[in-house]
Amino acid sequence: MTEPKKLKVATCSLAGCFGCHMSLLDIDEKLFELVKVVEFDRSPITDIKHCGPCDIGIVEGGVCNAENVHVLKEFRKNCRVLVATGACAITGGIPAWRNNVDLWDCFQEVYHYGIGLENGQIPNDPELPLPFDKVHPIGEVVRVDHFLPGCPPPADAIWKFLTDLAAGREPKLEYEMLHYD
Amino acid sequence: MAKTFILDGKTIPFEEGETIMEAAAAAGVYIPHLCHHPEFKPHGSCKLCTVSIGGRLGAACTNKAAEGMKVESETEALNGDRRALVQMLFVEGNHVCPSCEKSGNCQLQAAAYHLGMLTPHFTHFYPARDVDASHPDVLLERNRCILCELCVRASRDVDGKHVFGIGGRGIRARLIVNAASGRLADTSLSVTDRAAEVCPTGAIVRKRHGFTIPIGKRLYDHHDIAEAPVAGMERPGRD
Amino acid sequence: MPEQDVCDLPGIVARWQHDPANLVQILREVQESCGTIPSDALDRLAQLLGVPRVRIESTASFYAFFHAESHGAYEILFSDNIVDRMAGKEALKQYFCERLWLEPRKLSEDGLVYVDDTADIGLADQAPALLVNGYAIPSLDKARLDLVAELIRARKPLADWPPMLFEIPDNVRKPGPLMGEAFAPGAALKATLARGADATLAELDAANLRGRGGAGFKTATKWASCRKAEGEAHYVVCNADEGEPGTFKDRVLLASHADLVFEGMTVCARAIGARRGFLYLRGEYRNLHEKLKSVLAARREQGLLGRNILGEDGFDFDIEIHLGAGAYICGEESALIESLEGKPGKPRNRPPFPDRRGYRDQPTVVNNVETFACAAKIAEKGGAWFAALGTPQSAGTKLVSVSGDCKRPGVYEYPFGASVRQILIDCGAEDAHAVQVSGPSGTCISFREFDRRIAFEDLATAGAFMVFSRERDMFEVARNFTHFFAHESCGFCTPCRVGTSLLKNTMDKLAAGKGSAYDMHEMKHIMHILRSMAHCGLGHTAANPVVQTMEKFPDAYERRLKRLDFEPAFDLDGALQTARLITGRDDAWAHLANE
Repeated sequence: MTEPKKLKVATCSLAGCFGCHMSLLDIDEKLFELVKVVEFDRSPITDIKHCGPCDIGIVEGGVCNAENVHVLKEFRKNCRVLVATGACAITGGIPAWRNNVDLWDCFQEVYHYGIGLENGQIPNDPELPLPFDKVHPIGEVVRVDHFLPGCPPPADAIWKFLTDLAAGREPKLEYEMLHYD
Repeated sequence: MAKTFILDGKTIPFEEGETIMEAAAAAGVYIPHLCHHPEFKPHGSCKLCTVSIGGRLGAACTNKAAEGMKVESETEALNGDRRALVQMLFVEGNHVCPSCEKSGNCQLQAAAYHLGMLTPHFTHFYPARDVDASHPDVLLERNRCILCELCVRASRDVDGKHVFGIGGRGIRARLIVNAASGRLADTSLSVTDRAAEVCPTGAIVRKRHGFTIPIGKRLYDHHDIAEAPVAGMERPGRD
Repeated sequence: MPEQDVCDLPGIVARWQHDPANLVQILREVQESCGTIPSDALDRLAQLLGVPRVRIESTASFYAFFHAESHGAYEILFSDNIVDRMAGKEALKQYFCERLWLEPRKLSEDGLVYVDDTADIGLADQAPALLVNGYAIPSLDKARLDLVAELIRARKPLADWPPMLFEIPDNVRKPGPLMGEAFAPGAALKATLARGADATLAELDAANLRGRGGAGFKTATKWASCRKAEGEAHYVVCNADEGEPGTFKDRVLLASHADLVFEGMTVCARAIGARRGFLYLRGEYRNLHEKLKSVLAARREQGLLGRNILGEDGFDFDIEIHLGAGAYICGEESALIESLEGKPGKPRNRPPFPDRRGYRDQPTVVNNVETFACAAKIAEKGGAWFAALGTPQSAGTKLVSVSGDCKRPGVYEYPFGASVRQILIDCGAEDAHAVQVSGPSGTCISFREFDRRIAFEDLATAGAFMVFSRERDMFEVARNFTHFFAHESCGFCTPCRVGTSLLKNTMDKLAAGKGSAYDMHEMKHIMHILRSMAHCGLGHTAANPVVQTMEKFPDAYERRLKRLDFEPAFDLDGALQTARLITGRDDAWAHLANE
């Protein structure tokens, strides 16, 4: 008897706090059931750096810099279904609080005047991702198939969402699983 | 014999002069709304309560009930359009639920939960709006204002103070206060004013009362707004 | 030039009877004499009028022509209708700014002059046009702008500018009974008094006169209902807030046939029992104000206004002029009434309609300028005469304001039923490809529909008729209109406040070559929300230009779509520019390809 083909899942965190990934791990013992049906491609969990063709892409965090765009576009290109996961991916979230602070003021605060800084310099190393004027939800950069809100989405909501998707159902959240905070 | 009209196939009694919204609420039927509040004069601006009245669309909060009228509210199409209105309100302001003290008790959020909103969908405006922390007891957080004018009405009609108003027009409309300095501290607002506690979102909140009920244990965390229409308030009903 | 200390607030407030209902007029006079409405003026007005400051500020911040910051001694506002743009407005504005070394929307360094755009100022037949300190100058070209620039540099007071700059020809190309026949002031009133109020209403009914503002409500029904409505007082309001881009026939009626309009209002006063009337004149028609006041004064002298009109005991009626201050929405009758009452022009919840609860919540007739002119003619010549003109459902004639790509722009008076094709032939539009009938909120028709007719049963219109030739880009026409609606939305209801701006931003995205099929789908969705959920006609019709051009000129959109799937909502590479400047980086990783 052949094993049913596992779903390939990739995950990443852009301008986020990894809280959504923590919540994914919070499904606890269900992780064992999950890995029976799911195989992880690129993800902080696997430490794989680039993703190949996947069934589901889970993106945490909004888009705040050029590197985020490269990662997001790689996900969009390779993932059949893209899920914006958590408040930041869906609305920009807390990082978007900087959207009405002038970028120059942000740099000044971080590299020139921040507490404990002396002779601070604004770095210009090409390896550092260059920030955007504003932080954007991922849906403003690529087409997104599904949205899983929450800060973070509860573990049960993530489990329900993934199992619905794995079963080919339209994901549906019960009232108490849907929240934005 | 009371007069009646039909709302989604259900017979709803009403008294002469009552709006569709008032009669529905008295009969225990929820019609989504944000700018409506049973204690205040109907406003008709949020448009969430738009219903089909004999095939014509109109706000349930401003249209009077009439004998034999056929009203539709809980249709997939209307709820879809209402969801779009809530989405518009979300992208118009800066509604960051994870950092908001009103989260879980917020009617904007609750209406969005009720309507199954998963994303604000439209392109965010990220407007630059002022936060006014000048008042000793009340915080004015304009990022969360949805321009429902409940505070305007409460201050004018109940408190008799005219603390709030709407300035500007179109997408630049904003909540203004009755002071040359533009600061809430320089108005006559008191924390005991009706206007200080009527806000359906977190735009006007009491200071030093944050998170007395933890996130996750608040009204709309567990109850659909249709079952518990206004946080901290008994359901309006008629004996 | 006006200085703050010449601003006599107590005098202005006294002139307006200390009545907060006259707040828009008070603010307008403050603005005109001080050049701004400074913050401390709001406080003093609040004291003088005995109303909360927040109320004054709400009104002062609503109207486009009021501002707290200085616009210098000369405020220049270029009319920004698509017809102005077609006539070269953008290039002329740039030329003008370069001549005076200034940037639009920025006060010149010497504090002398400020340049900006404004919505259509009612001179589409003489486009491009501008307002200088509220006064219109039509038919702009480089020579005229050179002159304006010289006068400004010489700091010459506006009163000393050459009058020829401000001359505005009527451009009546095809007169009919309204514009072509002589009218003896008092003729309609004498007939009305001889006939009696009931019989006058009966004539109006027989005439089948319908409102000329576009909606086409039957005038006799409105007047009869208002007359029947109980109240402490009845009011007559003439809606001269002709703000629909491309319309200017009321400008001509008021400039040259004001007696006819005022007489129609007086006939209405007799019919409904009103003692007070208002002409709500759009602020853009400031240049007509003095002349209209002198027509009113003459009518008082002739016994056609005031007490015991034409010797009829107890027939007292007078008319005041209120000026608007840059708000298209005040053309909506209930918003107009709010404005008359000194408030922001936000449409009321209806019912009740103004015929029952209008000005100061009293029964009020609000009619268009042209409607009152027709009513006067009907009172003079009888209903049957009028009903014989036009079509069975649309009696009488219609004034059409023709502009755009044609040889003879101006006002044309046709019996209802005239075909678009006929009008195009008459105005010399040989290469017409599309016509925007009744302005942005009206109907865009393509060359396939030129046999359609001007009539309530086919193309209902308030009068605008903008012609577009084959060379014109109908996408840009629609985009101009979406900007107009976003600027003019009052902000009261969610769908219009947010939807008009979303629509504008999406059209701009397409214009920048960054549109996709997704954006087209999004616009259709927003249009649906506007049409079904908006509070008033502005919101309901705000999406019309996009809906109709999408349907009738799909190529204009399709060739702009970058791809069929999806394009980012913002310019990815452009959004990195600030950080590139701050860090001094220009390496490959400091850029994003916008593919």
